[in-house]
Amino acid sequence: MSFDLKDGRIVIVGASLAGLRAAETLREKGFTGSLTLVGEEPELPYDRPPLSKAVLLGRAGAEDCGLPGRRSLDAHWRLGVRATGLDPEARRLLLADGEQLPYDRLLIATGTRARPWPNPEEAALDGVLTLRTSQDAARLARLLDARPHRVLVVGAGFTGSEIASACRERGLDVTVVERGRAPLIGALGGTVGAWAIRLQRAHGVDLRCGVTVTALLGRNGRLSGAELSDGSRIDAEVAVVCLGAVRNTEWLADSGLAAGPRGVACDAGCRVFTMYGIVTDDVFVAGDVARFPHPLFEYQLIALEHWGNAIAQAEVAAHNMVSPGPRRRPHLAVPSFWSSQFGLNIKSVGVPTFSDQVILAQGSPGERRLVAVYGYRGRITAAVTVDRAKWLEHYRHLIETAAPFPPGPGAADHLAGQEPVPSDVPDPRVLSHGPTVALTGHLPDWRLTLLRPAG
Amino acid sequence: MRVVVDLNRCQGYAQCAFLAPRVFELHGEEALLYTPAVPNDQRERVLQAVAACPVQAITAGEQAGAGEL
Amino acid sequence: MSTDTLFRRITDYANRPDPYPLYAELREHGVARQEDGAFLVGTYDEITALLHDPRVSSDVRNRDDAEELLAGEDPAAPRSFIALDDPEHDRLRRLAMRRFGPPHTPGRIDALRQDITAIAEDLARGLGEKQHIDIVDDFAFPLPVAVICRLLGVPGEDVPQVHEWADAVVAGLDFSPEEEPAERRRTALQARQAMGVYLGELARTRRERPTGDLLSQLANEDGPDGRLTDGELMSTATLLLIAGHETTVNLITNGVLTLGRHPEALQRLCDDPELMPRAVEELLRFEPPVQFLPQRTPLADIEVAGVTVPKGAPLILVLASGNRDPLRFPEPDRFRPDREDNQHLGFGSGVHSCFGAPLARLETQIALTVLLRRLGSWRLLADPPEYRRSPVLRGPRHLPVERGGGVS
Repeated sequence: MSFDLKDGRIVIVGASLAGLRAAETLREKGFTGSLTLVGEEPELPYDRPPLSKAVLLGRAGAEDCGLPGRRSLDAHWRLGVRATGLDPEARRLLLADGEQLPYDRLLIATGTRARPWPNPEEAALDGVLTLRTSQDAARLARLLDARPHRVLVVGAGFTGSEIASACRERGLDVTVVERGRAPLIGALGGTVGAWAIRLQRAHGVDLRCGVTVTALLGRNGRLSGAELSDGSRIDAEVAVVCLGAVRNTEWLADSGLAAGPRGVACDAGCRVFTMYGIVTDDVFVAGDVARFPHPLFEYQLIALEHWGNAIAQAEVAAHNMVSPGPRRRPHLAVPSFWSSQFGLNIKSVGVPTFSDQVILAQGSPGERRLVAVYGYRGRITAAVTVDRAKWLEHYRHLIETAAPFPPGPGAADHLAGQEPVPSDVPDPRVLSHGPTVALTGHLPDWRLTLLRPAG
Repeated sequence: MRVVVDLNRCQGYAQCAFLAPRVFELHGEEALLYTPAVPNDQRERVLQAVAACPVQAITAGEQAGAGEL
Repeated sequence: MSTDTLFRRITDYANRPDPYPLYAELREHGVARQEDGAFLVGTYDEITALLHDPRVSSDVRNRDDAEELLAGEDPAAPRSFIALDDPEHDRLRRLAMRRFGPPHTPGRIDALRQDITAIAEDLARGLGEKQHIDIVDDFAFPLPVAVICRLLGVPGEDVPQVHEWADAVVAGLDFSPEEEPAERRRTALQARQAMGVYLGELARTRRERPTGDLLSQLANEDGPDGRLTDGELMSTATLLLIAGHETTVNLITNGVLTLGRHPEALQRLCDDPELMPRAVEELLRFEPPVQFLPQRTPLADIEVAGVTVPKGAPLILVLASGNRDPLRFPEPDRFRPDREDNQHLGFGSGVHSCFGAPLARLETQIALTVLLRRLGSWRLLADPPEYRRSPVLRGPRHLPVERGGGVS
């Protein structure tokens, strides 16, 4: 090596979870050069999962969700300023305030933003909002504190379902409108989705599936209600638009990198590809914005909007940024995520949408405890537990070892008489909410890319 | 002090909710809710919870980046 | 020596003071089939995988030799949740948890801090200026017994009788072949039944006149899962009483023994009491009070590290060996009170992980803190000390220490 990988200038674009953990890992691995974190939001790094849970339940303030540091960083923080472009040849990052930041190695961790309501006038009505940032959460918490007569949630993915859950827990009436057949269907498929329908209704959610919101109605600049595609109308004072996420890649449009609506493509070591599919060696990517090949899923490029992936991938990217070729590591972590809603703990390992069948393997769905195992062409590819997290490790191991599907017999609390059924993963184009895993590859019988806004 | 819990690791053993019930709370039988900003009088209990977590899922520390701006 | 006698050697009383070389031998072989058809597992990853494997049963009725094993027991008698599988295990454990901890009673154990400290201070004061102290009889035994009896609502005058029963039950977990095992099992069974009858009667009086203790609450609980039947109440209360009795005493005693053997660690703890919670976790790794789980059984043929453990075979998970696995813990045979990433198996793992863990942790943290402060300088008088018989709930029967002369 002609230069010292532990020295030089590293710039991280994105100062949220992935950016922060990457910066910490760089220092842990002995990087002593200059380190700069650029963040569009003015806040120091904070944790987003509580924003749709503890914050909406009033258990934590939106401004109190700051992330603890694992160590001191000795970094330059450029917060409240957006990256607007990249000149990979001159190795310069362009910022919205006109400044240009030179770098030797760059990490892209710009994540995603909430997909906005497509009609800007309706989106500007008082009471209409999305939920992604701590400022969004503070606003929504204030609106819920005012005890609106009804909250409308557009899209029943995880965020929408968690918001609906918080509303019900606070005794607020809530209508959830989902274009697909069921809540959570984009991430978990129709079989588990059917279970989620019963769950939401049992908690008093006014759930309307197979329906879209055709217009948000206003009076004097305030939201008053909505028109639905089935011709019905509802009154609502708050509408939370939960239509999934948009990857923050526009600023890379002229960079020559393989960046687009599906994310920034990289190799297994988090090195970004150019638009010609040639791998760079000084630009890395991690977190929600990355799309990377995963061997467990036939090397399809996948993009994961998962908390755990942001950390794991950031750590691999950082390690590789300061390590010579033979010492570099692949990012192979089995995807996993959780959601808590309606008093239940829902956890997943693997990629449930990468499946053709599912079986209810353990538990008692009537009592809202279950383990669902997903398979694809005869091997186990995912498992989802509801209040059964202690078994999940077992299924993670089965996924990692490509164990045959359906899983063998013998579980003490197995469900008698269960057979595999189609996992019923829908085409994401018919969903309101985007899937939180986007399989962005090109298997011929799969059309699981998120291409256009729905609603 | 701030805390964050890796809820992928968390399996709901609830040791934190036993030891520092004002910061960590079970929501239902298994889901964990917690207060990310730790009140000063709960620091010691939170550190006990960090030590006791059977899956070592809790990170506690000062706000990342504080003092570096 | 052949590995098919490992379990015999581990349970041999002569090896009670230091079973760790045998565990190292076990780990060398990953999974060791025993002469009687049982399988021993001692490596961390394999133990963890089995503790999270839904095909591994805790109910010995699933064993091929169940009939022989359960001879003399009433098959219809209610079993405690430690010996049951989901969904029954889950239902009973949740019912017991309703008045013990979160989500329904989150502050109960935390609220015991003052009580436990007061009991520990009382016992420590009782040591007076005594030169020679038996850590077990004078401190480590009376403390958890007082706590669990107070929590459950067992009257003080009944404690000696309860202790006698608990000892007999634990003696039934002695697998050493030199004594007549059937006889011991019979005595243990009788003791468990007598304890159950006693607690059942106590619960009935509490159902009439609740007194705010756990037993009263369990007897009167009406949650969404219903109420414990009289039989379930007896088996649950018996389990809590025995477990609360017989494990924490070993954890506290092993703590004093370990610190007596590691003066530098002792000094660090005296200088920095905030280290105590982590030191107790390290103790749970280094000298766990429950050495192995003897009663697991696969419900299907399970492959473990390349060996097929057949359905119905006895499966013994040696937690204390997993805790010393060098593939998981750097320098596993060193006691490091500030160890990082200490994901030990001291309380097991998975759905059967120790119910009373938070109480045991708190008691041990408080007990050792109070004791170290009160003892001044001290040293071990016998090393190794005399051990109790059980290889499962392993700990010293007595631990004599002498004040003065050691570290403070």
